[in-house]
Amino acid sequence: MIQFNDTQMAEFKRLVNRYPADKKKSALLPVLHLAQDSFGGWLSTETMDYVAALLEIKPIEVYEVATFYSMYNLKPVGKYMFEVCQTGPCMLRGSDDIIAYINEKLGIKPGETTADGMFTLKTVECLGACGYAPMMQLGKHYKEHLTKQKIDEIIEDCKKAAINNN
Amino acid sequence: MGSIKLLLEKAHVEGIRYYDVYRREGGYRSVEKALKTMSPETIVEEVKKSGLRGRGGAGFPAGMKWSFIAKPEGVPRHLVCNADESEPGTFKDRYLMEFIPHLLIEGLIVSSFALGSNDTYIYIRGEYAWIVDILEQAIIEAKNNGWLGKNILGSGFDCNIHVQRGAGAYICGEETALIESLEGKRGNPRIKPPFPAVQGLWMRPTVVNNVETLAAVVPIINMGGEEYAKIGVGRSTGTKLISACGNINKPGVYEIDMTISVEEFIYSDEYCGGIANGKRLKACIPGGSSVPILPANLLLKTAKGETRFMNYESLSDGGFASGSMMGSGGFIVLDEDQCVVKNTYTLARFYRHESCGQCSPCREGTGWMEKILWNIESGKGKMSDIDLLWDVQSKIEGNTICPLGDAAAWPVAAAIRHFRDEFEWHITNKEEAQKRNFGLAHYANPIHVPA
Ligand SMILES: Cc1cc2nc3c(=O)[nH]c(=O)nc-3n(C[C@H](O)[C@H](O)[C@H](O)COP(=O)(O)O)c2cc1C
Ligand code: SF4
Ligand code: FES
Repeated sequence: MIQFNDTQMAEFKRLVNRYPADKKKSALLPVLHLAQDSFGGWLSTETMDYVAALLEIKPIEVYEVATFYSMYNLKPVGKYMFEVCQTGPCMLRGSDDIIAYINEKLGIKPGETTADGMFTLKTVECLGACGYAPMMQLGKHYKEHLTKQKIDEIIEDCKKAAINNN
Repeated sequence: MGSIKLLLEKAHVEGIRYYDVYRREGGYRSVEKALKTMSPETIVEEVKKSGLRGRGGAGFPAGMKWSFIAKPEGVPRHLVCNADESEPGTFKDRYLMEFIPHLLIEGLIVSSFALGSNDTYIYIRGEYAWIVDILEQAIIEAKNNGWLGKNILGSGFDCNIHVQRGAGAYICGEETALIESLEGKRGNPRIKPPFPAVQGLWMRPTVVNNVETLAAVVPIINMGGEEYAKIGVGRSTGTKLISACGNINKPGVYEIDMTISVEEFIYSDEYCGGIANGKRLKACIPGGSSVPILPANLLLKTAKGETRFMNYESLSDGGFASGSMMGSGGFIVLDEDQCVVKNTYTLARFYRHESCGQCSPCREGTGWMEKILWNIESGKGKMSDIDLLWDVQSKIEGNTICPLGDAAAWPVAAAIRHFRDEFEWHITNKEEAQKRNFGLAHYANPIHVPA
């Protein structure tokens, strides 16, 4: 059975306390982010049911939200997810080449994950970094002004970080 | 005037992100002035006098919006700050929050006092995760220094500000979808009326305003509404943040006072610094992806041949036939090597992806537009597709619950209106169109390029 540890539970309580006592459901989006970060980077049915129980709402209320928003992953993703923006302003500055280069370099198309579970490539729509294009989101941060060389460096950094964390 | 700055003047002061520096630079004066010497009603009056128009895209007068809020006895009211910023081309709110977060917090406190909101929420797009930390840090600092919490400055006014992250949905920038999302639901826009001012968050009276709008309340209170209204021109008062991107030398966020010309904005070194790589200007989407694209000639001059300026009235001069809109201030520039069909395709894909799916004209129409545009772009188009595309977009506009439908239809309509020959060329020269772009056509000449 999954369960928040003490730190995660404290964060859960902080999130819920922002809303009126009888409006607990309002915390659903932030709590789903917390759950996704806490339980392997994606939302399993078990995770969603756990969130429903914590917020005292029906599981379906969680599923319908989890399926609506693009940041919730409904299946496992790689340890490092490259979310490359492909909307107009980024396209004008060469995002197609960046996507093609990552594809070539890692052997994965948008939506795919490398066999070792390290990298996922995903194309996304405008992330509010149009002036710093081409760009991608990696975890909590943006990688901007991308070039092929920068992609190489990012991939190397991810590999190193993975080794250091193991 | 050109370079007057009210919001970003201090954005580059070392350490301005932190309270001590912000305060030393004169921060939080507007809260002192408002809570100690003004009533909520007089603040609303000042904002009305300032002529401030909503900076989120629609340009609705902020003071008027505030005066509509219902005040039923015993029912809490809420101010919600819209930091969802997801319109392609727009990244100004991010800049403000990232570099000078206390300005937003300061504006929120004064505005919360004016509206009687004891619990104010900032709804920020989920991808701006690191900015959530910046804002929460600023809120803690403000609270520790007595600007938030109970009985602020002994005024009897209590206020807390909470930051809620979204989770990836452009539609949550629409104010009623945002409210639904804040309530922990899917971001489906509500049918209006009732308007949020009467029944918004948790069915309580609510005002939703853009980040930049709320930050602008700070200089308005400090200098007075009348002084603020003297900046700018006509009904375009004050300063506006423009996020410039695409094929220019200096993409970035600029604060302008709305008296400068479009030409100056593009070519002057103070702003965009001209078109990148020595290319020529082909077209521009001046107010975020949903506003009409304009070819260079209509961008720099109106159809009447007058200089076009960076303000609400001038950008929309000529209506949709020959003008565009200020929108959210997302300024997207295309050089001569860019393909209007492809650019329009990526935007159509964006709107299809972001449609919430509640209304069939939007849900089905955005999908159709994406498919037809993809066919034309990839060499599978028929001449009749152009009229079909026109027909589809015209059936979405005005037939939906929320304006996302219009936002999806307008870019397609404008692209066909001004660049029909480029669409035709794609269809008649299928193979060539896969290898090179159409380039500049007659409509873009003559372009006046300053030396
Ligand atoms: C599809 C759609 C997306 C929107 N996205 C945003 C947004 O990201 N940020 C924003 O401030 N307003 C956005 N708006 C406008 C809001 O509905 C609302 O008008 C605005 O937040 C009001 O604030 P203002 O009066 O200060 O501009 C959007 C509207 C629509 C229809
Ligand atoms: S217009 Fe589109 S986004 Fe807006 S409510 Fe209808 S389907 Fe949803
Ligand atoms: S278009 Fe890529 S960040 Fe806006």
